[in-house]
Amino acid sequence: MDNRARGYNITLQLHKDLHILTILTAFLMLATRALSLVGKRAISTSICVRGGHGVAKVDDYALPAYFDRRENPLPDVQFVTELSAVQKSLKEKEKGSWATLSNEEKIALYRISFKQSFAEMNEGTKEWKSVIAGMFFFIGMTGLVVLWQRKFVYGPVPPTFESEWKEKEVQRMLDMRINPVEGFSAKWDYENKEWKK
Amino acid sequence: MHCGKYIKSQTVKLCIVVLHIDGIRSPLASRCYSHAKVETDEEFDARWVTYFSKPDIDAWELKKGMNTLIGYDLVPEPKILDSALRACRRLNDLASAIRILEAVKDKSGPHKDIYPYLIQELQPTLIELGISTPEDLGMDKL
Repeated sequence: MDNRARGYNITLQLHKDLHILTILTAFLMLATRALSLVGKRAISTSICVRGGHGVAKVDDYALPAYFDRRENPLPDVQFVTELSAVQKSLKEKEKGSWATLSNEEKIALYRISFKQSFAEMNEGTKEWKSVIAGMFFFIGMTGLVVLWQRKFVYGPVPPTFESEWKEKEVQRMLDMRINPVEGFSAKWDYENKEWKK
Repeated sequence: MHCGKYIKSQTVKLCIVVLHIDGIRSPLASRCYSHAKVETDEEFDARWVTYFSKPDIDAWELKKGMNTLIGYDLVPEPKILDSALRACRRLNDLASAIRILEAVKDKSGPHKDIYPYLIQELQPTLIELGISTPEDLGMDKL
């Protein structure tokens, strides 16, 4: 395509865009005029209607949530969202002097805004007891398994473990003067035929 | 600027020259520290007091300010807290005022003497605005 044709195409596109824009702005102006009766909220949401799919549903998880955290003392929303009549009147009373509020009322106001106090949220659980109990239990189970193994799985121990054999072994080692300087035989008193004290 | 005194070397002489050119009182060796101005404690406090002193502060700003302040590695000065509590009063929010007191107590961590000091300093404000401490309401216990 040569440059002139490209140029024409571009200007044609621009014209089209301009037309579309003017039509859209006109439509929007009409729409906002008409919907000013419905309410401000509706205007922003109804603009989505253009696509023909309606308004997107706002899921719970997408809205600001309440949570008790030490590092975020003032959450984004109040804990209690729908106030009872009593709570509403209390909120009205809050607008006046706080010195006139009783302790119970102050606590009630706190509980409207917050779920747990700092003391409550920092409270430890008793989980550690279950953990220790579980540890002991499984160590115990393992112990039973080991005992069962010793009885039913392993064969007899070699004869070299018998005390008779061991005595002969020790005598042989002493006769051979095993480690006579600082080790085994050094601890044996050859004169008195006993272990050195 | 004693760096040339004991060692006679080319690099040290260069060091002196660099310092004079700088014109600022930089440490002996020219290290790569940032030249940004460090905010003093007073400036920090003043900034935050001003933040909470805004007459038409809104609830979001109070929350944002408080959460940010608690995020810092420090316990706020009484004057900042005083300003924050007065902001709560303007917003008619007693619950947040009590929450702020709880938060600074928690922020003090193992240093148990900070919170009583803060309460002592804030006592006039607490009485004036009618704010009860969490201890008064029994909220520090379970």
